Amino acid sequence: MHRRLASMRKSLLDQGFLDEQFIQLEELQDDSNPNFVEEIAASYYRDSARQMLNIDQALDKYPLDFAKLDNLMHQFRGSSSSIGAKKVKNESTQFQEHCRTGNAEGCRRTYRQLKKEYATLKKKLEAYFQLARQAGPLETASRPK
Amino acid sequence: MHLGTCQLTKSGSAMPTSSGSAGDAVSDQFPVGLRVLVVDDDPTCLMILYKMLLSCRYNATKCNRADIALSLLREKKGGFDIVISDVHMPDMDGFKLLEHIGLEMDLPVIMMSADDSKNVVMKGVTHGACDYLIKPVRIEALKNIWQHVVRKKKHEYKDFEQSGSVEDGDRQQKTPDDVDYSSSANEGSWRSSKRRKDEEDDTEDRDDTSSQKKPRVVWSVDLHKQFVAAVNQLGIDKAFPKKILELMNVPGITRENVASHLQKYRIYLRRLSGQHQSGLSNSFMGSQEAPFGSMPSFSSLELQALAASGQIPAQSLATIQAASHGRSATKSAISPLVDQRNLFSFESPKLHFGEGQRNNSTQMNFLHGIPTNMEPKQLVSLHQTANSLGGMMQGTQSNPLMVQMAQPYSRAQNESISNYASRFPSSIGLSNGIASGVIGRSALVDNVKGPVYNQVSQPSSIADFSVSRSEDLSGTGFSIGGSLGSSLISSKGVLQGEPSMEVKESRGEGASYDIFNDLHQQKSQDWSLRNVGLTYDTSQHMNMQENTDASSYLVQQSFMANQDTAHSRNSSTGKEVFPGGDERAQRNEPIIGQQPNAHHTDNSFRVKAESFPETSNQNTLLPGHYDQDDLMSALFKQVSYFLAIFVI
Repeated sequence: MHRRLASMRKSLLDQGFLDEQFIQLEELQDDSNPNFVEEIAASYYRDSARQMLNIDQALDKYPLDFAKLDNLMHQFRGSSSSIGAKKVKNESTQFQEHCRTGNAEGCRRTYRQLKKEYATLKKKLEAYFQLARQAGPLETASRPK
Repeated sequence: MHLGTCQLTKSGSAMPTSSGSAGDAVSDQFPVGLRVLVVDDDPTCLMILYKMLLSCRYNATKCNRADIALSLLREKKGGFDIVISDVHMPDMDGFKLLEHIGLEMDLPVIMMSADDSKNVVMKGVTHGACDYLIKPVRIEALKNIWQHVVRKKKHEYKDFEQSGSVEDGDRQQKTPDDVDYSSSANEGSWRSSKRRKDEEDDTEDRDDTSSQKKPRVVWSVDLHKQFVAAVNQLGIDKAFPKKILELMNVPGITRENVASHLQKYRIYLRRLSGQHQSGLSNSFMGSQEAPFGSMPSFSSLELQALAASGQIPAQSLATIQAASHGRSATKSAISPLVDQRNLFSFESPKLHFGEGQRNNSTQMNFLHGIPTNMEPKQLVSLHQTANSLGGMMQGTQSNPLMVQMAQPYSRAQNESISNYASRFPSSIGLSNGIASGVIGRSALVDNVKGPVYNQVSQPSSIADFSVSRSEDLSGTGFSIGGSLGSSLISSKGVLQGEPSMEVKESRGEGASYDIFNDLHQQKSQDWSLRNVGLTYDTSQHMNMQENTDASSYLVQQSFMANQDTAHSRNSSTGKEVFPGGDERAQRNEPIIGQQPNAHHTDNSFRVKAESFPETSNQNTLLPGHYDQDDLMSALFKQVSYFLAIFVI
C-alpha cells in the first residue's frame, strides 16, 4: 500500500502536477496532525474555488480589467504555489503574462487550460489522499499503538 | 511560555557586540520560542506557514488580516519578536503594514509574496523590510529568520552603548560583515525606541489592566498623512510638535502625541535613508558624524561609471577622487586635499530607488544610466556630470537643493520639494501612499556653515553638499559645488556651472538640476556664492513670467540669507514663495500635462557688502561662461538680469 502511494506520488511529481513544495508539506506532516497535507489541500480547494469565482466574474466584464485580473490571479498563484500545484501555477503565471500584455483572448484561453489542470489535479489529489488514508501514516503503521 | 520568551528576549538584547561570543550569551535553545506573527490573507498559505513556523519550534501566531495584525501588535507591545507579512492583502497593503510597524514598533519585518519582480522586492527593502521571501516559502528560509531578530538586538545594543549621536553614529559603526539591507533596516535609535517603549509600556500596562485613562491615539493612515503633510510644509528640521499640531488642526491629539509620532517618523526616515545609503546614494555631507566612510565607494562607483563612459577628463577624475577621499578621511582634513579648481560632490539620493521602483531597474542601472543619459558633447567638465545626472533624473523631476543656504532657506527647500512632490502623483503616482516629500536634514545646515565660513580665508576650501531625503518617488536633488580658493584667475579657469543642460531631453521630460558654486576669495572674507538652479522643460517654454517671479524670490531669499539680520524675514519669504510655487505647479499641470514644466532660472548671489572689486570681477566673469553655453537666451537674460541687480 505504501509502495503504491509512493509510486503515485512519484508519478504526480514526474508528470509535473506537483513540485517539491508538496513534498515539503508532506515532510511537515507529523503525529500532531497526521492529515496536514490533506487539510491544506482542502483549504486550498475551498479558497481557490472562491478565487476562481472572482476571476470568472472578472472575465465576464467588458472590457477586461487586466489590473484586477492580474491581482486576482496573483492571489490564486500564491495559493497554488504554496501547495506545490505546479501545472496550475504555471498556467496562472501565463495568465498574468497575458494580463500584462492586455491579451484578452490569451487570458481566456489560459484560464480554460488552468481550469482543466486544476480539475485534473483535484482528481489526482483526491485519489492520492484516499490511498494515503487507507495506507495510514507510515510511522504509525509500522508501530503498534 | 511568555516568561520563557521574555528571558529569551532579554538575553537577546544583551547580545554582546563582539561577534564570537554571540552564541554563548544566548541559550542553546535560542531560536526556539521566537515569537513570530505571520500575516497572510490566503488561508492556505497561512496554514502552511504557521505549520512551518511551528515545526521550526517558533512560537507562531497567525493572522489573516493586516489590520488585525496591527491591533495585535499594538495590544501586545513587545509581544512579538518578528513579523512576517504577505505583500498583497485586500484590507491593507503589506507595505502599509510594514510602514506602520516601522513607525510604531521596532520590529523586524519580513515581507513575502509570490511576486518576485525586482521592483516589488526593492520596494520591500526600501520600506524597511529586513527580508523578502518569495512564495512558496521554504522552511529553510524560515529556519533562519531568527537572525534578523539577533541582528536587530545587536544594533540596538550598539546604539545603546554609544550614548552620543545615535542616528549618524550607528551608520558609521556599521560593521562590514553586516548585510546591508538588513542591517540598515534595523538601524534605529535604541535610546529613543527605548524611551518610547517605556512611555508606551506604561500606558499600555494601565490600559490592559484597567479602564483607559487616556485615549491612546491611533495614527491612522489619514492622520499620518496629515502629519506628514504638516511636517513637509514645515520642513523636517523645522517641524516642531507644536507647529505640526497647529497645522494638522486635528482635535483630540496632544503635543505629546505628535512629539512621539514625530520621533518615530524621524527614526523611520532615518531608516529609509540608511537604506538609500547602503545603496548607491549618499548623504555624505551630513552632520559631523555623517557617514563619510561610505563616500569613497559611492564616488568611486560613480567615477567608474563616468570613466567608463569616457566623458570625464582624467584630470577632473583625479580631483574628484582627491576631494572625495579628503572628505572621507575627516572633515577637517578636507581643505588640504582639495584641488582649487575642481571640487565637487553631488548626490542624488533616492533617485535610483525612485527609478528602480518604477522601471524595474536596480542600483546597477544607475551606472548604466549615466552613459545613456549623457551626451558626449555636453560632457566636458564636471559640470556636465551634473547635467547628465540631471538627465538621469528626468523621470523624477529632480529638485534643486541648496543646502548651503541658511536655515530658513533649507526650510524653503523642503517646501519646494514638497511642491514637487505634490506634482508627482500626476506623473508618477505615489503608489504607496507615502505622501511625504523630501526632507532635508537640519543637521546639514549647520555643518554646511562650518566649512564655508570657517575656511573663508584659506586658499582652498570646500563647500558643497546637498541633501535630499526623499520618500518613495518624490524627488531627487543634488548639487554641485565647486569651490575655488585663492584668486579670481583660478576661478576663471574653472568656469563652473556652465549651464548647458540637456536642453534637448530625448524623452521630453523635464530635467532639473542645480549647480552650486562657491567662490572663495583668498584675501578677504568676501565671498560670493552662485546658485544656478534650472528646471526646464524642453517642450514648453512658457510661464516665463511666473518663473521669473519664482526665481527672483529665490534670489531674494538666498541673498537675504546672507544678511545676518535677515533670518526672520527670510523665513516668511520662504513661506510665501513656495505655496505660490505650488499653485503654479498645479496650474501648469492641466495645461501641459504631466510634465512639470517650469522653466525657471534661479540665480542667487550672496554678496557681502564689502566685496566690491571681487564681486564685480566675478560677475563679469559669469556672463562670460553663459555666453558659451547653448543655454536658451531667455535663461541668459535672466541670469544677466540678476547679475546686474546684485552687482548694483
